[in-house]
Amino acid sequence: MPGVREEALIAAIAADPEYQALVRRRARLGWWLTVLVFCAFVGYLLLIAFDKALLGTPIGTGVTSIGIPIGLGLILLAIALTGIYVAQANRHYDARMAAILKDHGA
Amino acid sequence: MTPRRRLTCAAAILAANVLAALPLPAMAAALEGEAQRQPVNWVAIAMFVAFVGLTLWITKAAAARTRSAADFYTAGGGITGFQNGLAMAGDYMSAASFLGISAQIFNDGYDGLIYSTGFLVGWPILLFLMAERLRNLGRFTFADVASYRFAQPPVRSFAAVSTLLVVSFYLIAQMVGAGQLIKLLFGLPYAVAVVIVGALMMLYVLFGGMRATTWVQIIKAVLLLGGASFMALMVLAQMGFSLETLFARAVEVKTRMALADGAGTAEAAERGRSIMAPGGFIKDPVSAISFGLALMLGTAGLPHILMRFFTVPDAKEARKSVLWATGWIGYFYILTFIIGFGAIVLVGTEGGYMDAAGTLRGGGNMAAIHLAHAIGGNAFLGFISAVAFATILAVVAGLTLSAASAVSHDLYATVFKQGAASSADELRVSRLTTLALGALAVLLGLVFEKQNVAFMVSLAFALAASGNFPVLILSLLWSGCTTRGAAWGGTIGLLTAFVLTLLSPAVWTTTFGLGPAPFAYSSAAIFSVPAGFLAIWLISRFDRSPRAAIDKAGYPAQRVRAETGIGAFAASDH
Repeated sequence: MPGVREEALIAAIAADPEYQALVRRRARLGWWLTVLVFCAFVGYLLLIAFDKALLGTPIGTGVTSIGIPIGLGLILLAIALTGIYVAQANRHYDARMAAILKDHGA
Repeated sequence: MTPRRRLTCAAAILAANVLAALPLPAMAAALEGEAQRQPVNWVAIAMFVAFVGLTLWITKAAAARTRSAADFYTAGGGITGFQNGLAMAGDYMSAASFLGISAQIFNDGYDGLIYSTGFLVGWPILLFLMAERLRNLGRFTFADVASYRFAQPPVRSFAAVSTLLVVSFYLIAQMVGAGQLIKLLFGLPYAVAVVIVGALMMLYVLFGGMRATTWVQIIKAVLLLGGASFMALMVLAQMGFSLETLFARAVEVKTRMALADGAGTAEAAERGRSIMAPGGFIKDPVSAISFGLALMLGTAGLPHILMRFFTVPDAKEARKSVLWATGWIGYFYILTFIIGFGAIVLVGTEGGYMDAAGTLRGGGNMAAIHLAHAIGGNAFLGFISAVAFATILAVVAGLTLSAASAVSHDLYATVFKQGAASSADELRVSRLTTLALGALAVLLGLVFEKQNVAFMVSLAFALAASGNFPVLILSLLWSGCTTRGAAWGGTIGLLTAFVLTLLSPAVWTTTFGLGPAPFAYSSAAIFSVPAGFLAIWLISRFDRSPRAAIDKAGYPAQRVRAETGIGAFAASDH
């Protein structure tokens, strides 16, 4: 069971505008990236469902179709966005959160 | 007898069985019939014995350090983000995705890439919405998080039942796939193969707990990534490291195959080029979106994946785990893509891998296995076979551990003993559960040997997406969620997914042969995920019980803990 001291600490942090701004910023980044991945993947599926030929169009004069860079690009996009979130959260948000917690004597 | 000859049998079946572990109703038809026993493959067995020796030695070392429930469930919380990322990848990359997806590409070309992207996109979402909150609130199971501010018995019971369902269906598909695959690759009888998988998995989990399971997964991930990298590299080397050359030659091979099939010049060229475009995999937009939702959101609701978040010390490492996992899994799917196209070129034409009728010896799903032989001869074929066996072991060990934790931590310690069970008691119950589950897994594997179990993985994903995912998201992010809403709404999501899957073509028509399916789409998720969310929302909204007031009042403090990690269960490595 959390002690009375910890509950007071939590209430104080919840009321801290700096904490609120930080959490809002981190959540907003998370949601935007979620929307991005979600739309990219669902858009890809819809593109396939409605216009298969488009993705089969060759790039230039070769046989490689534009579907190849789009499909592989989606895989790389998933990895890249994951990297962006982790870099932002681990480098910046965590440091600020630690500072806020320190201010409150946690 | 040549290795090729060894692999020639039981084509349809075996291939199908490999695919059984793919959550793809389209492949459901495959799992029928009976694989014939193969001559014993000694190279593969020697390599596999080496793997087992190493992992059992690790298990022995881990057993000495597995003293408390925390050791058993989470390896004491001392796994690093990098290690955990590899272990997550090891949990997720099944023999099915390796053999099944490369086979899909061998047959249809581009379509295989659509599966791969579907399997990957759940990981970023898991990171953005849940990773740090899971780590900050949870201790041993995802139910710790889902029930954080709620009355424990109802929400824990829901989570435990859901875990057992998801794990059971996943496990049956893995056991049956394992038995068939091993029978084919190693020439062992089906029953022996299933008993070996069950017994080894029990040893790992029973004695080594999460520590041994994690290392089994890490070693397997390294072997699989190494083997697949080597194959892709050799393919690319033969193509002068040009993807365009690889694709051009694959199109050429497919065109020649169409010509040999009696197609006219124009039609043959058309069929050759078709491997560079999406084919018949996605038919209607509703099934497409539904399939996407099940894979994307189901990944974020799989109990054995969620459990891995509690093995790292803090939120920072939890995020790193997902980055590593996403990176390795994405890299693996790119390799599979190259391997699939490489198989078209190197296996599809020469070397006698095709039979007189122009089809692949041993069935379409043998593409990667034949490619291993074409590239590295008998020894590499044995290596890849051993890796496939190791892969199955790692996946079933992770599944069993998560089911054992649901029984001992959620049902026994929290619901039955009201949180008063000692760590030693909890540990004893988890070990007994592991024994029971191991026996059950072997039994189910034997019972379902000749059944079509292909729908079971897609069912597991649909259940996870429709039950666990909505409950986790709303309990974490919506202050209005109540005990009743989570427990009953989650149950409604689970039931919707379950019933619709039973009524879908893969089960109703293909498995049970009951005629045209009442539910026309290939995946239930587009209906069952919203049903889960809606049910939780409605029930919570109209919940006027005294408990509902406590649940809502608990949200602000839960939110701060989830965001800051205050009071989080710390690593307790010895």
